[in-house]
Order: sequence, then C-alpha cells, then structure tokens
Amino acid sequence: MEFGLSEEQNLLQRSVNGFLDNASSLEKVRALAEDGGDVWPGLSELGVPALLVPESAGGLGLSTLDAAIVAEALGAHTAPAPFVSSAVMLPVALRSAGGDHDSLFADLASGAVRAGCALADGYGTRAGSGITSNGDSLSGTALYVLDFDADVYLVADNQQALFLVDKDAANLSAQSLTTIDKTRSTGELTFSATPAQRLSDDPAVLQAVLDAGRIMLAADTLGAAQEMLDQAVEYAKQREQFNRPIGSFQAVKHMCAEMAAGLEPCRAMVWFAAHALDTLPDQATMTACHTKAHLSEVGKFIAKTSTEVHGGMGFTDLVGLHYWFKRIGFNRQLLGAPELLREEAARAQQLVA
Amino acid sequence: MDLSYGPEYEVFREETREFINSHRDQAPRGQGMKSPEVLNWQKLLIENGYAARTIPKAYGGYGAQPDILKSRIIAEEFASAQVNSGLGGQGISMLVPTLLEVGTEEQKQQFIGPTLRGEMVWCQGYSEPGAGSDLASLRTAAVLEGDEWVVNGQKIWTSTAQHADWIFCLVRTEPDAPKHKGISFLLFEMSTPGIEIRPLVDMTGVANFNETFFTDVRVPKHQIVGERGQGWMVANAILGHERDSLGNPNVTLSRLNSLMELMKTETIAGERLIDNPIYRDRLMQIQGRVMALQCNDLRVLSSRLNNTDARLARMIVKLQGTELRHDLEGLAIDVMGEMGLAYADNPHLRDRGSWQSQYMYYLGLIIGGGTSQIQKNIISERGLDMPREPKVEKAS
Repeated sequence: MEFGLSEEQNLLQRSVNGFLDNASSLEKVRALAEDGGDVWPGLSELGVPALLVPESAGGLGLSTLDAAIVAEALGAHTAPAPFVSSAVMLPVALRSAGGDHDSLFADLASGAVRAGCALADGYGTRAGSGITSNGDSLSGTALYVLDFDADVYLVADNQQALFLVDKDAANLSAQSLTTIDKTRSTGELTFSATPAQRLSDDPAVLQAVLDAGRIMLAADTLGAAQEMLDQAVEYAKQREQFNRPIGSFQAVKHMCAEMAAGLEPCRAMVWFAAHALDTLPDQATMTACHTKAHLSEVGKFIAKTSTEVHGGMGFTDLVGLHYWFKRIGFNRQLLGAPELLREEAARAQQLVA
Repeated sequence: MDLSYGPEYEVFREETREFINSHRDQAPRGQGMKSPEVLNWQKLLIENGYAARTIPKAYGGYGAQPDILKSRIIAEEFASAQVNSGLGGQGISMLVPTLLEVGTEEQKQQFIGPTLRGEMVWCQGYSEPGAGSDLASLRTAAVLEGDEWVVNGQKIWTSTAQHADWIFCLVRTEPDAPKHKGISFLLFEMSTPGIEIRPLVDMTGVANFNETFFTDVRVPKHQIVGERGQGWMVANAILGHERDSLGNPNVTLSRLNSLMELMKTETIAGERLIDNPIYRDRLMQIQGRVMALQCNDLRVLSSRLNNTDARLARMIVKLQGTELRHDLEGLAIDVMGEMGLAYADNPHLRDRGSWQSQYMYYLGLIIGGGTSQIQKNIISERGLDMPREPKVEKAS
C-alpha cells in the first residue's frame, strides 16, 4: 500500500517546476500572452511531450499520474503550452485506436508536431457548431478548439468517431477566438468536405481521450488553485490593517482555512483519478468525471476567495492574480462543465433511466 | 501508487470475514451497556484480536504488535458486514490510550482491564458552561485537604454520565498558575457523595448529555493522572485522538449507498427520485465530495504507514467530514419533501427515521469535538502558519 508519489515522480515534479519557475514567471507569462508564443520548446527539451508516447515508438511510456503531475505544475505557473492535446489527448487517442502511428508518435514525442483537439461533438454540441463525416471527409464547424495553434487536429464527429486533420488540409478554414484566458490558444475550425484520416469508430476510444483530458484539466486547476491559496496566505500575513496582519483576523484566516480544507482532498482525488485511468477501468470514467467536476467547483471557490483576500489589489492587473482566476475558469468550461460531467458520472454507474 | 494491501493482508482479511460470518449470531443488537450479550461479545472479540488488539496482554488486551493495515481491515470488514465491532465509548477510546501513555503501573492494572471488558463505564468531565471552545479557562476547582482532593464546580455535555461508573475529569488545582498550567486530571467514582446529574435533552429528543454538579466531592489524592498542573498536557494527547475519528469517510460512503437506494425506491408523481435531474445532480455533487474525502483518507493512511505526517490532509478531516455528512443526511430529507419530516412513531417513517435524526446528530458533531470554527483556526494557524488573534487582556 502506497498512496502517493514515487521518488521518480517527485523528481519529475521538481524538474518541471524548476524549469517553469523561470520560463513561466508572471512577467514572462504576461509577455507571452501579449506577443504570442509558449514554453513548449523548453518543455520539449525536458522530454514532456514524450511522457505518454509508448517506449516502442521512442517515447517514455509513463503513466497518467506522471502526466497529471506535469499538468499541475503547468496550472500553478499558468504556463502557455499545448500540453493537454499534444502530450495527452492525441497520444491516448493513438494508443487506444491501435494501428501503426510510429511516425506521428515520434514527431509528437520530440515536440516537433503540436496537436489541437476539437471534441465537443463527443459530449455536447452548442448552437452554431457540429461536425458530420462522410467517409474520409469532414463538414461543419468546431468551436473552442483546444490548443488551437497546432499542426494536426484531433476531431470528433457527431457519431463519436475520431479523425486526424492536417492544419494545411484543403477546405479547412481556421479562425482564432479570444477567450478570457490569454494563456490558452483556442479557435474555430470550419470544414467543408475537408479530407481527414479516420482514426477510430469506437466510442470507447473517444471516452478514453476525454477521461484523460479531463483529468489533466482537473490537475491544472489543482495547481492553479494551490498557487492562489498560497498567494492569499502570503498576502494575509504581510498586509497590515488596524495595526495587525489581516491574516490574524478570523474573518480572513477562516477564508484561507476553507480554501485549504476544500483543496487538500482534491490533490488525493487527482492522484486517484489518474491512477484509476491506468489500472481500474471500471471506475475510470466515473472517477474522471467526478474529479473534473469537483475540482471545478473547489477551484471556482478558491479563485473568488483568494481574490477577495487580496482586497482591491486582487482586482488589479498589477498583482496578476487574474491569470490564475481565468485559467481556473477556462478549465471549468472546457471538455464538459460540472453539471454535464456529473450527469455523465451518473450515467457511468447506470443511474440514468 | 499501489492500492493493494498485499497477500499477507488479504489472508488476514479472509480470516476476519470468516470470524464475522461464523460468530455474527452472537453479536449484540441494541442490548444495554452491561448486558450479558454485550459483555460476552466484547470478551470474544478481545480473545480473537478484533478488539483491544494492540493493548498489552498484561492489561487485558490481545497484545498484538500495532499494525495499521490490520486495524483498518478489521474496521472495514465489521462495517461492511454491519456487525457490532465491540465497545467504543470514551473510556476505551480516550482514557485507555491516555493511561497507557502517562498512567502509573497501578492505574493501568486497576482501570484498563475492566474498562476494555465493558465492566467499568466512563464519562468525560471536560467542558463547563463557561469553558467550551476555551476549555483551558475551566473553573471546577479541586483543593487538597489532607489525603483528599475536594472538588466543587459544574461540568456539561457529560455523555452517558447517568450510566457511568467513573469519570475522568479536568479540574483547576493551581488557581494562581497560568490557565494551561493550573489544571489536573482526576479519576473518581460517580457514586461518590456530592455528585448530581441532570439530563440535558438534545434537539433529537434524546437525553444522552448531562449537566454534572460537584459539591464537596472527596477524591483520594492518588487518583490523579500525571502530575499536579499537567492535566492540560494529559488531556490534549487524547483530544487529537478524538478528532481523528470524527468524520470517517468510509462510514459516510455506506450512508451514501443508503441514500442512493432511497432515491431509487421513493417516487414523486410516479417518477423515481433518482430520475429527477435536479435531485440526481445534487446526489452526484455529494458523491464527488465523498470520493474526494475517501481519496484523502487513503493518503492519510499511507502517510501513517510511512511514519510521515500528511499535516493538512489530516487536519481537515473533522471539518470536512462532519459538514459533508450533515449535507448528505439533509439531501435525503430534501428529496423526500414532506415525507422527509416523519419522525419518531410516524407510521410513514423511512429507514427507521435515521435521516432526520442523523441530520441533527451531525449538526451536533459539527459543534462538538472542536467546532468547525475552531477547526478553521487550527487549519489556518497550525496548517497554514497564519498569525494568531492577538490576546485580549482579562478585564478586571
């Protein structure tokens, strides 16, 4: 019995955090948000894109938990990087679909090829979007494509089939979309009989991809929320009013205690969900759905509360807390917001008639 | 990550299951504290190592080496079989560990065995009307007169005082010392002249609590645990022990399963409650929270196995566990609408009225054992290292 991170996992965590402390400091995040660009080249040197690529295809063949550790670090640093699509969802899709993908695996592992994901048809199409397929071509519109600045897109159609589409494919138009979160690239893809490579018709493959992606967004929120809590505690110890640190007032310290009490179990929950995805297939989907839903709720509370602990300064661009606030907000909405996920969790345990 | 307990422990689990299955007929069901059923069952559990497992044989226990996983397996198996797991109570859960830690050899010999066997029932005399969250300001006084302490004052929330043979009691023996250093830990018989017990009916309608009054109660001088003035230290070791056991997520899980059954059985306008999307979403919110605390519990267990301290993960359990349980019981009442109001002898009672009584009982536990607000002080001051509230000078 060992519920926790291994020595190697602690090492991975330290090395990614060490890199991001410098490469994704708040000043650098601000600059990247304004001028474009991300920290993917640096993460590629660390081997991050190869985490989930099988060893037989030149990757590291590590576990979902290893990937969750990296996602947590990225969230803590609001790091701009196409991690969820390139290092997790596409590799999981390729692994689950089977077949020979060695060449694409190799390009993903090196960081040379970046992936984006358009999967909303798999869990809830919104007005003005929707993808249909006809053999090896796609038509329709995908909105809020995650990690939009990509070389290849993983796309779900309305039959839960998965396709690969090259960014330079004929009859594909791409339009980036502005969201609240400047650390993520998102956009709109319009297909009109656009050639695509059919990867899988099996809904279980799409499910595996969504489960993994949702755990990564939950882990990202874990990191971002922990950082917001840490900053609130630090601020409350320094800031003085009425001749004493505001953190000595119970009204303020109880806000911090509530954040910590909500967040601490989230860490174990993310670890468990990642572990379940690799080893407990019967529980994987239900656990992934609950984990992202629960982290989204706790994250939302912490995003608000930490900002409030900072008083007026929390509302300013100067302090920059809003980068984490928006990151947590983005994670909540993408790949299924809490209500949808809880319904999916209920369905996964046959509670829906 | 390795969630298996390993083959040695699976054998132990199997043995435990077999024991439970072959003896469950003898387990007491609702009989009184000192009934033959209860005492015989306790004896059987101790002899087989399922109760008092790590207490030395010399003091009436089973004498096994401490093994966190085996204790855990025992708790899990008795809970899932819904078989009585032996006596709890404040004597066994709080006094015995304290005596093992700081009692004299004579005290261990005198008290531990009969307490474990259920022959000696204890109550706890800590809180006072004027000393709740600020327990160390307690005023019940003990003055040494010759070979006896003379105790005067009042305690409150003394659970089972009406059934108890003995009390372990915090009293002020050094009135001039700082408040934490003037307290002593006394043991005395509830039959001593000068003790009056008045029942205190709680909101569920049960008189489990009492107010206990002491007027010139004379206690032999040697019935003190630890030295004079060390009572606060003695008591604090076991307060931590009490908090750890409140809000156990594995018990909450079994209540969640009952709630799911209820929602699959009960109907509104011919539709099962679980088929109402709003009720279902609320159920799923609770399930997510239960899952988070179960994972947290595994992390705490694992850290204990490694002799490390998952500080925050441990500190938040009482706060989060009791609040969650109260919310869970409350959801059952909400989804039942007017059916959720049934109580006591109402013929339309569901699950023996447990939803209402547990809903209220857990509000009691949110307050008792260190209120949620005190828990937040502990989490922020000890867990997050935040500054304490400045002390207010005593008004004179």
